[in-house]
Amino acid sequence: MVEALLSVKNLYRRFGGIVATDDLSLDVPRGELHAIIGPNGAGKTTLISQLTGQLLPNTGTIHFAGQDVTRLPAYRRSALGLARSFQITSLLKDFTAVDNVALAAQAHDGHSFRFWGKARAEPHLRKAAMAALERVGLGPRADAVVSELSHGEQRELELAVALAAKPQMLVLDEPMAGLGVTESARMVKLLQELRREVTIVLVEHDMDAVFALADRITVLVYGRVIACDVPAGIRQNAEVRRAYLGDQQVAGHG
Amino acid sequence: MTQSLNARNVVVVLVITGLALLPLYSSISGNIFVLTLFTRIVIFALAAVSLNLIMGYGGMMSFGHAAYLGIGGYAVGILAFEGIGSGFIQWPVALLASALFALVIGSLSLRTRGVYFIMITLAFAQMAYYIASGLARYGGDDGLTIYKRSDFGGLVNLSNRVQFYYVCLGCLFAGIYLVWRIVNSRFGLVVQGVRSNEQRMQAIGFHANRYRLVCFVIAGTMCGLAGALLATNTDFVSPSIMYWTRSGDLMVMVILGGMGSLFGPVIGTIVFLVLEESLSQITEFWALIMGPLLLLIVLFGRGGIDGWLGRLRRG
Amino acid sequence: MLLLVEQLLNGLQFGLLLFLLAAGLTLVFGIMDFVNLAHGSLYMMGAYFASTFAAWTGSFIIGVALALGATLLLGIVLEFVALRHLYGRDHLDHVLATFGLILFFNDAVRLIWGPAGLALPLPTWLTVPVQIVPGLFYPSYRLAIIVVSLFVAAMLYLVVMRTRIGMLIRAGASNREMIGALGINIKLLFTLVFGLGAALAGLAGLMQAPILTVQIGMGENILILAFVIIVIGGIGSIRGAFLAAIFVGMIDTLGRAYAPDLLRHILSPAAASTAAPALSSMLIYLLMAIVLVVRPEGLFPASKR
Repeated sequence: MVEALLSVKNLYRRFGGIVATDDLSLDVPRGELHAIIGPNGAGKTTLISQLTGQLLPNTGTIHFAGQDVTRLPAYRRSALGLARSFQITSLLKDFTAVDNVALAAQAHDGHSFRFWGKARAEPHLRKAAMAALERVGLGPRADAVVSELSHGEQRELELAVALAAKPQMLVLDEPMAGLGVTESARMVKLLQELRREVTIVLVEHDMDAVFALADRITVLVYGRVIACDVPAGIRQNAEVRRAYLGDQQVAGHG
Repeated sequence: MTQSLNARNVVVVLVITGLALLPLYSSISGNIFVLTLFTRIVIFALAAVSLNLIMGYGGMMSFGHAAYLGIGGYAVGILAFEGIGSGFIQWPVALLASALFALVIGSLSLRTRGVYFIMITLAFAQMAYYIASGLARYGGDDGLTIYKRSDFGGLVNLSNRVQFYYVCLGCLFAGIYLVWRIVNSRFGLVVQGVRSNEQRMQAIGFHANRYRLVCFVIAGTMCGLAGALLATNTDFVSPSIMYWTRSGDLMVMVILGGMGSLFGPVIGTIVFLVLEESLSQITEFWALIMGPLLLLIVLFGRGGIDGWLGRLRRG
Repeated sequence: MLLLVEQLLNGLQFGLLLFLLAAGLTLVFGIMDFVNLAHGSLYMMGAYFASTFAAWTGSFIIGVALALGATLLLGIVLEFVALRHLYGRDHLDHVLATFGLILFFNDAVRLIWGPAGLALPLPTWLTVPVQIVPGLFYPSYRLAIIVVSLFVAAMLYLVVMRTRIGMLIRAGASNREMIGALGINIKLLFTLVFGLGAALAGLAGLMQAPILTVQIGMGENILILAFVIIVIGGIGSIRGAFLAAIFVGMIDTLGRAYAPDLLRHILSPAAASTAAPALSSMLIYLLMAIVLVVRPEGLFPASKR
């Protein structure tokens, strides 16, 4: 097997008495769209916060693009090409959409200790930002302040910000959360296109989307991996059905 | 930008013109007092502009900004006392000392957030205050008189009232211009982004504290310059220049004018000091009015004067 | 040796006084998330009230009791009229508004009582020194401060830890939404807590009054000390405030007592006598800086928010 782009080994993270990530190992090869599912409280967000550096694990290692990033702060991982979106939309609320994206482009365009020139007049930053906005269909809304954007538009902007960093890997935390049916469909279509260019780790509750998109799916319960397989295999997996999918089918989606 | 003729810009133009022509008015009317008052105002405005850089744009609520006034002032005073009269030495030392102080306390304070940051900056400023009180050689609590103003060769004569006023005004305008360039630069956008959402900025690849710290040092240096000017203006420097209420005054000036607006702090300073001056002429107990006024401004006047001017146009 | 014991007692006494001030501050801070710079003004008002009422009634005890009531009332009025409208606002707004209040109170006091300070004379039975160990006489009034403060601290502990109101206060300090969800009248609870804090500050001020003069601005330096204490102790933590207060009281007192002698070894006597008070004042801020650098949330954070 080719060396994985992301390789997690024996990751362990505890909060007081609660084990949120329990001896978790995971490999994501380049080009894959890898979905992570699990019931609420399974430790999905905790896991990706450790992947992108907002949280540090107690033990275990994380390798990205052949480099040990276990102890690297978030901004260093971002520089290596690891970008994330947040579950609860986390944008610069008093900035315009295009400024949000341009800052992400700026972060990967040399250093920012430039005190004099007008950053908003740098054509290549603007161009990169506009391209990312067009990509997610937000081109016409470029000059709107984030707080004026709809929820769906903010989710798309999250994605544009992550894209502007030209990442090797996108880590998306529930990009579909709170979206209506049409908005969700648009997001799925967008992800279908993006997966051709970039490796994606996707945490999502929308099972239709997950099974439509994923190459492989990892199922988390109480911080443990109970299964990791292609979608068809996950569907057949008895343990998964018992622990997770079965409940969900009874309770309905959501 | 199609806002060339709104209330805010009119006020800004009026203020700039007024400040520039003030010595003319003073000499025609023979009113020297107004020049003295406005020299002080211009100096404090520079301090407020520097505080606005970290507070308004950077989101760093420093409650110890007056420390730099003291450091800049004492640098000039102590060098003058020791017989080094050249402004070309005194002033760079004042700036350097302020920058160094900002670097040290900034790198410690920026480990904390929110109220803890407010308090730790206050504590460091109080430390500086007590250090100055303990300088027996330089007057301790009683302060240090500066017998001779900085000598800039034939370039400028600081003992001339009008020339000194224009030096101060030049520094203020330069400071505002600098802040304007900074907040629109790459660096400035990052700093404002960190104020808005630190976690996000880290996630897209910025080492937030490094930018914060540099911003903190720039502001401290700028305020150190104001300190040097202030000490020159009074020919005197004492620990009380950095007492914590002075830091409070500076914060009030910034908020009153409008945080995160370029000219807000200047207008805030003018309003604050003119109000203080005129109230104290009406009554000895001016703070009886000033205090509740502050409370009312906080309760009802969001966004400061600048915010109010901005709203005028939108109706 | 006896001198050291005496200084330790002085340190304890000052620390306990600081605790009274810091307790109210940290409660208000922890529960309402409100930064009250005017807390020091309440301390000052306590002292002014006490000396005025004591002079009117001719009785120290009645004067003190009336002053306590008056500060409590003042705190409640202040909260009701102005400060409650600021809950939920930015901390900066709190700082500014209460900064304005300090200006107001200082000038109001100057207007009413004049710029010269007042004195609060002690009744004779509190002026006799008490022999606590053979050869060591200690002023009975300072001893009384220690006893009263310890008593109040114990009461406070019982109220906060053992009563229903205390449970609400603790719940409020760690989770503000929860007490709202319990259907408690939060506004009333907040007003009560603020009043309690004001009374504690007033108590500290009036107890300090006979030792120092009652003067304008007396609340400011000590307020900053109280802030240092709650920051060191961890905001919202009564236990942290208690320990930090004793610690700061000791450092301040011992620093003032011994720094001049220590400095004399390295400086000229004149320089040492100027530098010593500055050095001992600095020690506390240095301590706070160290604590914040090592533990940015204070030593005993009340909760992880």
